[in-house]
Amino acid sequence: MRAVSVEEAVAMIPAGATVMVGGFMGVGTPERLLDEVVRQQKSGLTIVSNDATVPGKGVGKLFDAALVSRLIATHIGLNPKAQQQMLANQVAVDLIPQGTFVERIRAGGCGLGGVLTPTGVGTLVAEGKRQIEVDGKPYLLETALRAQFALVHAFLADYLGNLSYALTARNFNPVMAMAADTVIVTAEHIVPVGVIGPDHVVTPAPLVDYLITNPNG
Amino acid sequence: MDAQEIIARRVAQELHSGDLVNLGIGIPTLVANYVPPGLNVFFQSENGLIGTGPIPEQGLAHPLLTDAGGRPISALPGASTFDSAMSFSLIRGGHVDVTVLGGLQVDAHGHLANWMIPGKMVPGMGGAMDLVSGAKRVIVAMQHAAKGKSKIVKQCNLPLTSARAVSLVVTDLAVIGFPDGKATLLETAPGVSVGEVMAVTDAELVIPDTVPEMKI
Repeated sequence: MRAVSVEEAVAMIPAGATVMVGGFMGVGTPERLLDEVVRQQKSGLTIVSNDATVPGKGVGKLFDAALVSRLIATHIGLNPKAQQQMLANQVAVDLIPQGTFVERIRAGGCGLGGVLTPTGVGTLVAEGKRQIEVDGKPYLLETALRAQFALVHAFLADYLGNLSYALTARNFNPVMAMAADTVIVTAEHIVPVGVIGPDHVVTPAPLVDYLITNPNG
Repeated sequence: MDAQEIIARRVAQELHSGDLVNLGIGIPTLVANYVPPGLNVFFQSENGLIGTGPIPEQGLAHPLLTDAGGRPISALPGASTFDSAMSFSLIRGGHVDVTVLGGLQVDAHGHLANWMIPGKMVPGMGGAMDLVSGAKRVIVAMQHAAKGKSKIVKQCNLPLTSARAVSLVVTDLAVIGFPDGKATLLETAPGVSVGEVMAVTDAELVIPDTVPEMKI
């Protein structure tokens, strides 16, 4: 793990990159990284995120700045800007059931080709997918999902990059931290090694590539 | 008593001590208000919490403790938090005893449509498809009709949420179950006759010899 400034980290993300962003309705989302993505105007992004939050918050900021060309998500109903951009064909949106979304990412991070899920059988979600019977029950083959970058927000990060999360801000963060080539983390608090006890580390340090330093030293 | 309260009170009677319960948004959320005191029900919020408590007092909200809509909530003693993989493993894995969801349409065989209106409303399915596929019991809590049109239909013309039938539908007029895969009138709302329910229901209903009134 290397500690870097938020400017340096975002400079590594090319325009058009595929980027996973942790958070659920903007809770547990790395806001400082997204602010910097907007400042550096990284456009044409494919964003993998549970939802589009609301304008002005979380990944909603990326839609405000029209930086997204494709969104893979489970729900965008609370962001009218994302909906407008979808209906105007400015943004391609893949809507995925939430349990399938997280399992596809988990598969991507765990070396699995995909998962078999009963969710979506007999619905629009099944279109174009392989259906496989196991012991007489139908399942959809849902393939693994990975990204070039994962932008993750933790509650505590220690100097090595061990992470722990708080309350409902955990959500997709630990799963996404497994499923990207480069993992960039912001934390509410950066703490000395040992403050997070071994039993309380959720994301082990070797998974983290970059930790964003505090702006004021 | 207004329509929503009738529905929420009746659905609350379906919950048992020790149940793990997931409530959808809208009318389902109101069900928590009518759980009898002393009944120990665990409510799950699919963003990663079992043991959701009431909205915190002004000034006590925590930005990292919210419901699935991003609104501040509290956590009861004994609550637990977890990531989304765990949350949906609980849902899909059959560990959730009851889910209560809103609906746009339910058909004569118990199929639910509740996630999109093509060309009009495409918000995404969120957790709904996993909940209907995986929870032990699926209860739909919705108004019987919208804009004068029955929401209990012969066949859904909106996209289905799951091929799996729901367990029970509770409306402001009736309780409908699906024994043998056929919509069956199980109860009527207070002061509502069987004939009145049939008159405003598009789907054909099986009418048992006796149809009791809801006790709410």
